[in-house]
Amino acid sequence: MREVAVIGVGMTKFGELWDTPLRDLFAIASANCIEDSGVERDRIQSAYIGCMSSGLFNQQEHLASILCDYAGLAGIAATRVESACASGGLAFRSAYLEVASGASDFVLAGGVEKMNDGADATFCLASAADQEYEVYHGITFPGLYAMIAHAHMAKYGTTSEQLAHVAVKNHRHGAKNPNAQFPMEITLNTVLNAVRVASPLGLFDCSPVTDGGACVMLCPVEEAKKLGKPIIKVIGSGHATDSIALHDRPDLTTIPVVKAAAERALAQAKIGIKNVDFCEVHDCFTIAELCCLEELGVFERGQAAQATVDGATSLDGKMPVNTSGGLKSKGHPVGATGIAQIIELVEQLTGKAGARQLLSPSIGLAQNMGGSGGSSTVHILEVS
Amino acid sequence: MITPRYHREIPQRYRLEAGKCTGCGKVHFPPRRVCKECFGREFETVTMPTMGKVLTYTVIDIPPAEFDNLKPYVVAIVELENGVRLTCMVAEAPPDKVEIGTKVEMIYRRLQTGREWEVLQYGYKARVI
Ligand SMILES: [Zn+2]
Repeated sequence: MREVAVIGVGMTKFGELWDTPLRDLFAIASANCIEDSGVERDRIQSAYIGCMSSGLFNQQEHLASILCDYAGLAGIAATRVESACASGGLAFRSAYLEVASGASDFVLAGGVEKMNDGADATFCLASAADQEYEVYHGITFPGLYAMIAHAHMAKYGTTSEQLAHVAVKNHRHGAKNPNAQFPMEITLNTVLNAVRVASPLGLFDCSPVTDGGACVMLCPVEEAKKLGKPIIKVIGSGHATDSIALHDRPDLTTIPVVKAAAERALAQAKIGIKNVDFCEVHDCFTIAELCCLEELGVFERGQAAQATVDGATSLDGKMPVNTSGGLKSKGHPVGATGIAQIIELVEQLTGKAGARQLLSPSIGLAQNMGGSGGSSTVHILEVS
Repeated sequence: MITPRYHREIPQRYRLEAGKCTGCGKVHFPPRRVCKECFGREFETVTMPTMGKVLTYTVIDIPPAEFDNLKPYVVAIVELENGVRLTCMVAEAPPDKVEIGTKVEMIYRRLQTGREWEVLQYGYKARVI
């Protein structure tokens, strides 16, 4: 396999973008990315675009073609990738594999979701769970993570206040991100007193409903050198699946698919989690960030909550987590999230993260997850 | 709600029918074509026990539109006496009567009313013993 680099990034602002249609979200992100990469249009051979549910949200399928057409890229090989909320991460992995294999040199990895378009977002998102054996019985996405949270609380003594610290921390980071949907700091009381969605989770334990697009350009490291770009190398790519029904997993406090994907990515990179300087993890709900950190091995099981309270995952902590603001503050346009995580890694590794810039990190990890843990990708990027 | 799908699911939803692998004895609910444990393909139909306990739960305050008339309601993951787990509502109990470990029995109830041209939708719920 060839070594692969990320040489350009572009995204829209995340938010309720009522005046921006689905196709424009991708076109803006793609054009920004191609401009940033410095690659001429004719050299782009292929695109992988993550999108969870344009059919339900926007009544639009056949997505890769329409998006590439409106992005001025008609003619290239284009593929829509779907793995619920991990669609973006999987689009990145697909693009990575195509470049690594030698099949193509310049490949776009994008993600997009237009969630504010009149559809019932709760209903659309629930389609990432088992329709016949979970959703039929009235469960919602917040409800699935709420059940994980109750199990985690019973086993490890995790509290609602500890969960609230995750949201407060991610908003503190997101307040420094100009692309974030909710770039404002919040207090513990705001989280704890918010309206309940699915107990024990309240509104501020949940990531928002977001419109957005994100795009990155991949190419062989050799080509990146010729272009004189900083070399941000993809040193690990892991992907795994699991049963999508939460009730089929042996331990309801764990999300094994994350551990499986991380082990594959870390093995390829030939490093341990201790060598990672910072990470973006899939905090679709506050409890999810804690579970993911425990699966990644950043903390022992049951320890992520107190570590968060103690500041270990803050910008100045030993493992800064979700420096972008995470899904919670930056927003979660489902299909775009996995790509936006990669963009945060690239910005941190190239020193372009502005007010939230870490002190010269060299290795970052992005973990993107589908549903309640039916799929996950993990990518590790290194600056050289 | 998709009517042909509803019709197909009746054995599971009305009678809690599961598939027991004749190779390794694993009981699958819903039934599967391929055994998750031993990769076997032969199954016999078995009916599941109705007694179980709550492994975890939530109180849904913001439901999808079709459940709006029921809020707030409890959804739990229940482990039945044969070790099979399923997700279902806990009926006939105020939310504060349900916690991890609560003993329940499975009952047959209407689940969704749906829109006026749709069939009424039935299935299993749990009830606190
Ligand atoms: Zn078997």
